[in-house]
Amino acid sequence: MLESLQTKFGDVFRGLSGRGRISEENIREAMRDVRTALLEADVNVKVVKDFTDKVQEKAIGQEVIRSLKPAELMVKIVYDELVELMGPVDTQIYYVQPPPTVIMMCGLQGSGKTTTCGKLAKFLVGKGHHPLLAAADLQRPAAVEQLRTLGEQVGVPVYTDDTKVAPHGQVQKGAAVAVCRAAIAQAKQTGRDVVILDTAGRLHIDDELMGELREINTQLKPHQVFLVLDAMSGQDAVNSAKAFNELLEVDGLILTKFDSDTRGGALLSAKLVTGKPVKFIGISEKPEGLEEFRPEGMAQRILGMGDIVGLVTEAMTKFDQDESARLQAKMEKGEFTLEDFMSQMGQVKKLGPMGKVMGMIPGMSQLTQQMNMQEGDVEKQMGRMRAIYDSMNRKERSKPDLLDGARRRRIARGAGVQHSEVSQFIKQFEMSRDMMRAVGGMGMMGKLKLMKHLMKGDLAGLGMPGGPMLKTKKSGYMEKKDRNKKKRR
Amino acid sequence: MSLFAKSFDRLKGALRKTRDILFTDVRTLFVPGRQINEQFLSELEERLLQADMGVGNTDRIIAEVRERWRLGKIRNADEARSVVREQMLSNWPPEARDLNFAPAGPTVILVAGVNGAGKTTSIAKLAWLLKEQMGKKVMLCASDTFRAGAVHQLSIWAERIGVEIVKHKQNADPAAVAYDACEAAKARGADVLIVDTAGRLPTQERLIRELVKIRDVCARRIEGAPHEALLVLDATTGQNAIQQAKVFGSAVAVTGIMLAKLDGTAKGGVVLAIRDQLKIPVKFMGLGETPEDIAPFDPQLYIKALFGEADLTEAMAR
Ligand SMILES: Nc1nc2c(ncn2[C@@H]2O[C@H](COP(=O)(O)OP(=O)(O)OP(=O)(O)O)[C@@H](O)[C@H]2O)c(=O)[nH]1
Ligand SMILES: [Mg+2]
Repeated sequence: MLESLQTKFGDVFRGLSGRGRISEENIREAMRDVRTALLEADVNVKVVKDFTDKVQEKAIGQEVIRSLKPAELMVKIVYDELVELMGPVDTQIYYVQPPPTVIMMCGLQGSGKTTTCGKLAKFLVGKGHHPLLAAADLQRPAAVEQLRTLGEQVGVPVYTDDTKVAPHGQVQKGAAVAVCRAAIAQAKQTGRDVVILDTAGRLHIDDELMGELREINTQLKPHQVFLVLDAMSGQDAVNSAKAFNELLEVDGLILTKFDSDTRGGALLSAKLVTGKPVKFIGISEKPEGLEEFRPEGMAQRILGMGDIVGLVTEAMTKFDQDESARLQAKMEKGEFTLEDFMSQMGQVKKLGPMGKVMGMIPGMSQLTQQMNMQEGDVEKQMGRMRAIYDSMNRKERSKPDLLDGARRRRIARGAGVQHSEVSQFIKQFEMSRDMMRAVGGMGMMGKLKLMKHLMKGDLAGLGMPGGPMLKTKKSGYMEKKDRNKKKRR
Repeated sequence: MSLFAKSFDRLKGALRKTRDILFTDVRTLFVPGRQINEQFLSELEERLLQADMGVGNTDRIIAEVRERWRLGKIRNADEARSVVREQMLSNWPPEARDLNFAPAGPTVILVAGVNGAGKTTSIAKLAWLLKEQMGKKVMLCASDTFRAGAVHQLSIWAERIGVEIVKHKQNADPAAVAYDACEAAKARGADVLIVDTAGRLPTQERLIRELVKIRDVCARRIEGAPHEALLVLDATTGQNAIQQAKVFGSAVAVTGIMLAKLDGTAKGGVVLAIRDQLKIPVKFMGLGETPEDIAPFDPQLYIKALFGEADLTEAMAR
């Protein structure tokens, strides 16, 4: 979308920059595209209006009108403004002395509170804390059992009291407060330093159940209240977020189900309507599927893409300029050699661990986790590739087409690797060369497309060593795991 | 009280609450005698967008209103509202919204949707409706073996409503549960078998395939099954619902939508786009957390509710 936004802006401004002038009308037209993009991402219509008004003001006041590249400048203004709106970032959890710190979760039905409680507990354990979970959702059938199971999974104790469960869905006055109070007392006794209260999902217009929350809030004064919201929420997210925040003075937001393909505009709406920071986003059903929030990738996602800009800027600054220019020139002439391939590999390595690069793409962190496990493998792989390369003679390096079966066998022996590895190395080189040829001579947008391949896991396109190998290895790994644990996701 | 009257009463109650809290401006939008002007059109547009109708549908409807106004065919807010209604209904032709029953033997209803959409609760509602209102012998199948507590949750509903349930242990193969449930339904002469499935996202291809497998097992065990594949949509969901309908629709040939959580302030207007693009009708509305909180979908009523109209009561008195 960011790309298509830029194309659209390009259309709007085309031909004007050279001869005539860009008018405010042009900018207004461009703003209509921004508006559509945001509305399609489920950003609330009122928020969208404020946003486009502001951006329009900035654009008209700024250099856009005189700029030679108004389309690119517009994208930058839109992007920067979005990032700013999602900040300031505060993913801290604040602890109190003496412990326990009490954290209350609240939200609509089905938003993912209980699952998030389990994830948060696991997250806190990872930070050296000793949480206790409290099963205060007494409404939904089997909610208590769900939390108990999750607690077992993450190795965190759960306070439950089955006698307090609502018999037929009827709210029992005071029951939830009693459960929370007893849980806090137990935490004190057993030396748990954080208590996470799971509460029942409820509609923000349900007076009875909202009253129950207020009761917990006023009687037990949780130190932090987190509102859990479904990332797929639509326009109404503002209404519920506002209501919960007004009643409970929420401290932070947690947006769940970001492993869906939602653009997640509700995040922006909820952030703006409550003025509270987004603490975490949920990115899988697994206990480790909770991530601290960072706005850069999110702005991209809401506009319709992964964290392309971040990747590109980082790539641009880290790539050796001269080296890139040299490679670029060669590519344009179509003479990309194995030597260049190795040099490029070195460049990519400078970007840092691949896991980090992937982590910049929202929702890709699951993949990162799998890749992290193989970070060492990647290093090893690179060493082997280097060995293969070193075992070639000059002629072979500049003319890889020469590498027939006999030569490959010789190289494999020299490098101490399997014959198939040599072939795979060459295949990677060829893929990389083809990709580079296709991209050669392209400007910024071409490179953006390249990054899109990266998002699809097409690592070879970046000249990433071990691209395809890593991929086959990874899926092989996952399949095996699948077979072992039938029900793993 | 008939089922319909009762459900409509609930809807009315729920909507009145909503209206009082948030939709007071509906009355200022359609204030009697208000003349159409650009200000009115932009308020109307905002209203439609706020109901999650999406940019495409909203633009189309607003363009139509504006055009007729420009041509002098309509002048005031009331007339504009009629145009909106007519436009929405034109995209919502009368269609079969009744459940499709098997000519003989058990009818299988497969229920699917994303995590937390309201599947299990909707199944409780359907079971109640089929048993209490239509006198059917209902059986439930606990094929959500993944989410912690899911089997237990469905068992509690089965017990409360008084219907049979077929279940395995947590983490069992969901298709195997479906297999057993189909056999049990035939053996014990159930009229309807409702299959609960785990929540899954359109992005999770493997889980979508798992759903297809459950469906295939039903199809092999019982002729024509599943006779209904219902997608449960959360009314608070935004435009992603289209993607959900697309993916679930092509995976298991969804025959209808159950729009849950309409008792909140969200309107689920995205179902209009889904009807447009994918021809999937909404069959039921979920209006609360107890089994009786279900109503058959009625576009006329729904559209009226969208505008918090006063004549809603009339529709319900039928
Ligand atoms: N207010 C309201 N709440 C509902 C409605 N339908 C379901 N819920 C609530 O939404 C929550 C989730 O419902 P479930 O039926 O467990 O949803 P599910 O889709 O089966 O969830 P998973 O199996 O976890 O994916 C529960 O708290 C339900 O009580 C409805 O129509 N109105
Ligand atoms: Mg369920």
